[in-house]
Amino acid sequence: MPLVLNEEQRLLKDTASEFLNSQAPVDALRKLRDNKDELGYDQPLWQQMVELGWAGITLPEAYGGLDFGFMGLGAVIEESGRRLTASPLFSSVVLGASAIILGGSEQQKQALLPAIASGETSLALALEESSHHRPTLISTSAEKDGDNYRLSGSKVSVIDGASAEQLIVVARTSGKNGETNGISLFLVDGKAEGLTRSRRWMADSRAVADVSLEGVSVSADSVIGEVDKGWEILDATLDRGRICLAAEMLGGVLECFERTVAYLKEREQFGVKIGSFQALKHRAAHMYTEIELAKSVVLDAFSAIDEGRADLGQMASLAKATLNDVFYLVSNEAVQMHGGIGVTDELEIGFFLKRSRMAIQLLGDSGFHRDRYASLSGY
Amino acid sequence: MDAQEAFRQEVREWLQANCPESMRKPPVREEQVWAGRNQSFPSEDAKIWFERMRDKGWTVPEWPREYGGGGLDESQCKILKEEMKALGCRAPLLDLGIWMLGPALLEYGSEEQKKEHLPNITAGKIRWCQGYSEPGAGSDLASLQCKAEDKGDHFLVNGTKIWTTNADKSDWIFCLVRTDPNVKKQEGISFLLIDMASEGVSVSPIELISGESEFCQTFFDNVKVPKKNLVAELNKGWSVAKALLKHERKLMSETQDNAGPNISPVMAAEHYVGKDANGKIVDHALRDQLTQHEMKFRALGLTHFRSFEERVAGVGEGTIPMIMKYVGTESSKSKEELLLALMGTQALGWEGEAFTSDELLVTRGWLFSKALSIAGGSSEVQLNIIAKRVLGLPD
Repeated sequence: MPLVLNEEQRLLKDTASEFLNSQAPVDALRKLRDNKDELGYDQPLWQQMVELGWAGITLPEAYGGLDFGFMGLGAVIEESGRRLTASPLFSSVVLGASAIILGGSEQQKQALLPAIASGETSLALALEESSHHRPTLISTSAEKDGDNYRLSGSKVSVIDGASAEQLIVVARTSGKNGETNGISLFLVDGKAEGLTRSRRWMADSRAVADVSLEGVSVSADSVIGEVDKGWEILDATLDRGRICLAAEMLGGVLECFERTVAYLKEREQFGVKIGSFQALKHRAAHMYTEIELAKSVVLDAFSAIDEGRADLGQMASLAKATLNDVFYLVSNEAVQMHGGIGVTDELEIGFFLKRSRMAIQLLGDSGFHRDRYASLSGY
Repeated sequence: MDAQEAFRQEVREWLQANCPESMRKPPVREEQVWAGRNQSFPSEDAKIWFERMRDKGWTVPEWPREYGGGGLDESQCKILKEEMKALGCRAPLLDLGIWMLGPALLEYGSEEQKKEHLPNITAGKIRWCQGYSEPGAGSDLASLQCKAEDKGDHFLVNGTKIWTTNADKSDWIFCLVRTDPNVKKQEGISFLLIDMASEGVSVSPIELISGESEFCQTFFDNVKVPKKNLVAELNKGWSVAKALLKHERKLMSETQDNAGPNISPVMAAEHYVGKDANGKIVDHALRDQLTQHEMKFRALGLTHFRSFEERVAGVGEGTIPMIMKYVGTESSKSKEELLLALMGTQALGWEGEAFTSDELLVTRGWLFSKALSIAGGSSEVQLNIIAKRVLGLPD
């Protein structure tokens, strides 16, 4: 289980870093926000990322991908996390494509994967129905209607939900709210009749949408996997999402921490650098130790994906819970240690603070993941 | 099969053939085999195990063969460690000479000193203790005052050392002594080896809150020490000490081999708190605390491994060892507190029939663990070091 990047992965990381430094610094997000950009990301930038091959990193070669593995994608995502880069990489490639790879029919794979790799199409996973991550609390219903299904319900905070070409809607074909049995996954065209999507404006300036389905009709072959048996595909997809999100958060953590340490070395008060104050030294040193532990966890989680390990679920919960807590700590400390300027909009730290809390909520907060980790571990 | 795999096979076979069955589980405190002039063995098996490992050079596998070591490289040592762990083999010999003094002699000692002392360590003939801290010199170790005066053909040592672990059971002590009181404090310190049987040396055990008396105060009253016992140059002992502190911290950050109580936090939760019909620990707050610990523990293990991988691959900044004493000891302390929380009053017994021996060990272990964040460089000192050497924050 490698906990270090190999040479190729390091090269990919360095390339991503250079590219994003010039094309997508944090200021790019500020501009999207200030312009109240409907799409939520810069289309030409996304095109460039696609040309660099990023959308194909984890896709099988047979479907136009690079088969380079999640460890490599994680390195790219970490670099985007450092710059709070907005793109459909997460929604389309991590969540959408994973669901198709894990559970799609040959037809679905052929129809979607090459198009995702080339940037021609995009997918968004419509899961949540409340303000917390509750993957089994699914009330959106899918009623059988001859050879078709009619979907009705409401989804909230769908990542890139308003801009995606197609949605993967998590609906219930049987069973009760809270059960894993009876959950099914449906491919729904973004322009389907009865489907309305509206952008929800979040503090972190990243695009999520509310989606409402009123008797949306889909054919039987829009089901991903088998009816009633979507849970396994969904859970495995979510785990890849959790780990990739943890990588994005790690990038944010590193950026916040480094900027804060730099500030401690630069800011003077009382005739000395504030970094010489022991209280701040200790808090910074403590944060450093937490960050080093978090790095190890994320790396092993990616190894767990690429090696198909049985403990993937535990590792995903470990990674997400760890990064939730570390990003929470580091973003708070970053604001505090910057003093007055820490609470200004001008300083970019505020963007990291805002993103941290959204990232914590997406795909499971620490309470959710500690509970899951304990259950998976047998206690 | 490559060389490493072949070696692993060889090791596995040798251990299977040579490690007695009773040696294939961690020892309780009384069963530990320490080095010493008065070396004793709790059983015939322990003696056999020690002798076989000694003859193989595996009491200290990483040292050169000429001193009684095994001559193994880092990867081979890791393989041996893994195979021993897999079979449950306990360490055949314990001694500070292995972990602390030996590395110092290998790096700074003269050939005569290596020839005189290292074979006695690998053969378990001499037990060592460490004379660093003094009542007036703890975190500020460099301010130590125990002095060694140059008397021509010997040094005359006067002063006292404190927190000397197992001094009352040790044969020799390696000491930091002041050999020049007129220069900057770090520049007047020497590293001296002293035979505890020398005239003028006396020891007094110190009782801790855990009831143990492992730590002692050692007194030096006009003790004559031959010049040849000076390691490295006169007044250059501080560098040796700094190098050794790294080893001590590495040691303290790794989980001990000796048997603690046979109660893991998960077991404690199951037994003392209980599970519901779904197999979940019934107290949600304690369940969450347990999970936080288990997660931290896993992250720690992964970080140990990542440090090794980075070294082998020659990547990374090599900063992980600098954080491990701090995170390792703080994590050990939280684990003890967690056990207390999970076991309730059964973890607060002092002695007697109302408690199992494991429960009593938990109580004592919790109390002793308070020393972990203080000894070997306190957590506060560790954070200072990280802030300065890793983060480059100004003085």
